[in-house]
Amino acid sequence: MMPTETFIEITYFIATVLFILSLKWLSSPTTARHGVIAGEVGMALAIGGTLLYRGIVDYKLVAIGLVLGCIIGVPLGKVAMTAVPQRTALSHAFGALCVTLVGTSEFYLRAPNISPFMMAVLSMEVILGSLTFTGSLMAAGKLQEVLPQRPITYKGQNFVNLAMLALAIAIAVILCLHPDQVKLFPAMIIIPLIFGVMLVIPIGGADMPTVISLLNSYAGLSAAAMGFVLNSKLLIIAGALDGSSGFILSVIMSKAMNRSFTNVLFGGFGQIQAAAAGVQEQRPVKSATAEEAAGILAAANKVVIVPGYGMAVAQAQHKVRELYDALTKRGVNVTFGIHPVAGRMPGHMNVLLAEADIPYDKLLDMDNINGDMAQTDVALVIGANDVTNPAARTDASSPIFGMPILDVDKARTVMVIKRSMAAGFAGIDNPLYYLDQTLMLFGDAKNFVGNIVRELSGASDAHH
Amino acid sequence: MKLDLLTSLYVFMLAAFIGFEVIRRVSPLLHTPLMSLTNALDAIAVVGAIILAGEHKTNLAAILGTIAIVAATSNIVGGFLITDRMLRMFKSSGPKKP
Repeated sequence: MMPTETFIEITYFIATVLFILSLKWLSSPTTARHGVIAGEVGMALAIGGTLLYRGIVDYKLVAIGLVLGCIIGVPLGKVAMTAVPQRTALSHAFGALCVTLVGTSEFYLRAPNISPFMMAVLSMEVILGSLTFTGSLMAAGKLQEVLPQRPITYKGQNFVNLAMLALAIAIAVILCLHPDQVKLFPAMIIIPLIFGVMLVIPIGGADMPTVISLLNSYAGLSAAAMGFVLNSKLLIIAGALDGSSGFILSVIMSKAMNRSFTNVLFGGFGQIQAAAAGVQEQRPVKSATAEEAAGILAAANKVVIVPGYGMAVAQAQHKVRELYDALTKRGVNVTFGIHPVAGRMPGHMNVLLAEADIPYDKLLDMDNINGDMAQTDVALVIGANDVTNPAARTDASSPIFGMPILDVDKARTVMVIKRSMAAGFAGIDNPLYYLDQTLMLFGDAKNFVGNIVRELSGASDAHH
Repeated sequence: MKLDLLTSLYVFMLAAFIGFEVIRRVSPLLHTPLMSLTNALDAIAVVGAIILAGEHKTNLAAILGTIAIVAATSNIVGGFLITDRMLRMFKSSGPKKP
């Protein structure tokens, strides 16, 4: 008979292998669901193994925790797809909360017998954990719109933030050298808790994809630090995988917004705003009705639809699917151009369009669609603004100069569904709207697309 | 103890490299499910919380440990559920379309 400890270690080892396979299978939509199953089996094995651990005397508390967690987790797994960004932010907060609480308990159980090296990783665990906890709660609040979405900035913000972080690290250093200074420990949690709030205060909605990715990375790193403290290889590996995933996404998002990574790390979010207060002249734009738009779309061979956060806000994705069906039925080639930072989290648009049953092979990322733009008859922009702004390519004085964009201005006709002429998040005027080939379709995205669909089906009925 | 931490560093370094190589290959299409899946996997921290609450060495550790189990379990359950829901939605236009 195998000793229980060895058995537990074996379950952890198998879980680790399954976790890595799980992420590997996620690389393609055809194998992705195997990835979820691998993850679930790994998780079940690891939890099952842990429950056999002889040191556990109080199964009642464990059971209460597991049952309550399921009761909270099930509804969180069933939220509407439009609420996925805030759900994700909330889950980063929960992960960080778990790590912080375990770190806190470990400190009080072990102090003052803690080696400097151990204290260093424990400090990293609780500092990263607590700042991620409040930072993610703030992000979730902003996304759920229970907190004001507009960025709040003040003079010396970066200085205040860096000073707080420095103070927390200074306390960590003191504790490493003098682990008997137990009364300093609460400060090392409270300061990062405040820091997390301050970090997310200056962040506006359009920066959310970067922030969520960054918080994802922090959550992973804090879990890895917890693995060091508990000497659990499984946890170190899971944390490292999560941390590197968040890191890669942060890099992709910051590149897509033309921000340097240091700019992101030090919370330079929402800074564009101030620079963009240029005077806007009134220039004439051409507008079109749903009937005219339907006529142009029906006559096209190739249509690229560019969705943005506005589509999500208007809940227009199902109407967009009807438009896709109506045009595809007429033999029009319809694809979607997805900018990496469209929406409020990485991949947000893809999930919404997939939910509306649009085949994923029609969803193309920026690099794959831009080459086709010159051969495109109609580029239809729905609720996206700054990611289509040609000033990013041409106007060196523009605050978004250098940001990679979807080159919709290269299409023969551009149609933009927009509520009004108000500027995008960055407050920057979009020269796209004044081009000769651009038609503005003023109205609510859902209604307008619905009207186009009605015109298209009305016209096809007339033919029969 | 020192040696354990050093081994842990090696493990962390190798896992980070594997993470980079594996996750770099994930299609941008699936970045949202990627985030919810890594989040669920990350909640393996629950094993630490279970031991903490189960050992019941002090009341503080037991209470904090139990709250930590609740937080991590909700991430596990919610994370796997929503990832699977999202992935089920991704359909190819594949063979059934002309």
